[in-house]
Amino acid sequence: MKVSIERSALLKSLGHVQSVVERRNTIPILSNVLLEAGGGRLGLTATDLDITIVEETEASVQADGATTVSAHTLFDIVRKLPDGADVSLTLEDGERLLVESGRSRFRLAALDRQDFPTMSEGDLPYRFTLAAEELKRLIDKARFAISTEETRYYLNGIYLHVAEDGDVATLRAVATDGHRLAQVEQDVPDGATGMPGIIVPRKTVGEIRKLIDEVDTGIDISLSDTKIRFGFGGVVVISKLIDGTFPDYTRVIPQGNDKEMQIDGKLFAEAVDRVSTISSDKTRSVKLALDDDLLTLSVTSPDSGTATEELAAAYSAGAMEIGFNSKYLLDILGQIEGETASLHLADPASPTVLRDSMDTGALYVLMPMRV
Amino acid sequence: MDALCLDCCTAFDALPVRCPSCFGRRLISHTDLSSLTIAHVDCDAFYAAVEKRDNPTLRDKPLIIGGTSNRGVVSTACYIARMHGVHSAMPMYKARKLCPSATIIPPNMATYREVSRQIRAYFHALTPSVEPLSIDEAFLDLTGTRALHRAPASVLLARLARDIERDIGITVSIGLSHNKFLAKLASDLDKPRGFSVIGRAETQDKLAPMPVTKIYGVGKATFRALQKDGLTTIGQLQSMEDTLLVRRYGSIGLRLARLARGEDDRSVSARSTAKSVSSERTLSHDLRDLGALQDKMWRACEQVSHDLKAKGIAATTLTLKLKTSGHRSLTRSKSLSDPTQLARRMYEELLPMLAKCADGTPYRLIGVGASKFSDAKLADPVDLAAPERERQKRLENAVDALRDRFGPDSIALGRGYKGKPGKPGKQ
Repeated sequence: MKVSIERSALLKSLGHVQSVVERRNTIPILSNVLLEAGGGRLGLTATDLDITIVEETEASVQADGATTVSAHTLFDIVRKLPDGADVSLTLEDGERLLVESGRSRFRLAALDRQDFPTMSEGDLPYRFTLAAEELKRLIDKARFAISTEETRYYLNGIYLHVAEDGDVATLRAVATDGHRLAQVEQDVPDGATGMPGIIVPRKTVGEIRKLIDEVDTGIDISLSDTKIRFGFGGVVVISKLIDGTFPDYTRVIPQGNDKEMQIDGKLFAEAVDRVSTISSDKTRSVKLALDDDLLTLSVTSPDSGTATEELAAAYSAGAMEIGFNSKYLLDILGQIEGETASLHLADPASPTVLRDSMDTGALYVLMPMRV
Repeated sequence: MDALCLDCCTAFDALPVRCPSCFGRRLISHTDLSSLTIAHVDCDAFYAAVEKRDNPTLRDKPLIIGGTSNRGVVSTACYIARMHGVHSAMPMYKARKLCPSATIIPPNMATYREVSRQIRAYFHALTPSVEPLSIDEAFLDLTGTRALHRAPASVLLARLARDIERDIGITVSIGLSHNKFLAKLASDLDKPRGFSVIGRAETQDKLAPMPVTKIYGVGKATFRALQKDGLTTIGQLQSMEDTLLVRRYGSIGLRLARLARGEDDRSVSARSTAKSVSSERTLSHDLRDLGALQDKMWRACEQVSHDLKAKGIAATTLTLKLKTSGHRSLTRSKSLSDPTQLARRMYEELLPMLAKCADGTPYRLIGVGASKFSDAKLADPVDLAAPERERQKRLENAVDALRDRFGPDSIALGRGYKGKPGKPGKQ
């Protein structure tokens, strides 16, 4: 194998695939990136056995071939090469990869490509395309609520499914950790009808979100009930799905919360952030006292003192007090795009619903805390 | 006053040979009798004493309370059985061998709790400062009660012992001293039906010949460490420099040094209630199969849940306890995001840990503990990821209500149901 490639092209592709490689691996070859040269292209593949990322980029191939070398080492080398340099990769007697650029020369230990694990896609019967912006929205507005609790592994991802409410079907992304829940929906794309409900693991969500950050084309998605494949601009990501049953979240979304408060989401978030400075690290609770068109935020910490702030709000459903975890509240307010956030409350012990005036397809549920 | 008759509770200035008012011989004398106020009251062979009280035919026979199977463990042995060498925590088969004539009764906890409650009421009549240590013992701080009761603490305690014996039919032993550690040591010196005193001046001398294991907190491991260094009596510890003990044994060294001198500044705190609730069972035969262990764990979860609900508290930390056939104890703990009272939730939280432990190792004991308590009002809030929890809550409450009404075995939930019929037609 012998291939030459422009440094920035290699860096970009390597940057994409190397992030899936775990820093610590018990199986040595999982630290490596698979390099495949042929047909005027260089293919790079990295995997952690749950996610595989494949990226192809144009290169000048002098000799076809393939090998694997440490992904992080190669990435660090290429990163440190000067901008605009050309990099040549040559496999020497199957054991060393010679990396040359200008006056720099590296020989990296290589492992045989035969040992590199391949992940079969299998049959992926459901195919549809989402615009990058659509996928970004689904991910961004749901991912903060993904649980990290290991015992309930089925919460460690985003539940993507087609929900039917009467005659209207929507594609929905839902995540919850038991304390808060995010539900984002949009029109069902062609081809998604009938797809199984799937749980996309947190790591996959993070990788995809990074990869599509600068993408503005369509993202081709195909899936079965065990795997999902994302394809866009020379990049293919294949991931296993979480094998579990997502809870019937619709039962916990309150339907009859009749006390509604409308408030400027941005001012609200800033005020919550300010008063929560006082709260101790552990509880982080903030108390909301609602009265006619007035919201009073307060935090009392036995150690550091007290804080209060008043905000104008549209509210007329009678005085009530309710407490929330300030971090959870801020997470949700951070997703609100419109000027107005609306809170739908029932009582101080029941879940509260939050909505965004700009994005009616997004809904958040937050459990109160006792304060 | 320097002397006291335990039978008629009369105080004297000098120790007579016989009590001049009741002619009794149970007299104690001590120069500090009128000044010491911290007491430890301990019931004598409590479970056995209750059983003997309720069934006088057992009175003069050896009696053992505990699990009746061969795998059972002795909870309490009466003093007659103790003469044969039986003691609590001894395996039942051993106790049977030592004392074949003993009557063995499984514990009736409900009865013992009721008697304990009655006894505690007598404590509270003397002082609000009562710190129960377990079902059958408590610390009492009688400081400042002299003016109220018009008698020194020692006289009050002698009356207390007499009244409990007369009204409830249980004998107690009393230790009186100037701190909790010494009071507890003292109550153990003259058992049963005893009253012993450790005064300030004699503290060090009384402690000196005692083995180091008398110091609370000195268990197997610390004892081994001390023994290795040739330290077996408290007197030897007294002769060591504090700094040396700290350097050698770390933070526990300081405690050793202070307790060896009889210094203990813990106050008797009425508020210190139970810190954990647990239920554990020695199995009739070793189990290694996950399914079988799961069933036993479910039973334990139900029991713990029941106790938490009865106390109106909820727990945030759950502990799984297992003992291998080789008597090695394993504990696995887990903290929850919010407190629970629900058997089902405890079971589900503990299950992954049990599954990890069920690797083919045979276990002889399984138990579940709950700790870090908070108010029941905070228990099991709505969990957005567990929509079934509200139903589960209502279900368990309904089952509890049925059990309260028709008895604990009247209804069993799936896993706990073993098709074990009561008497047909009775339920």
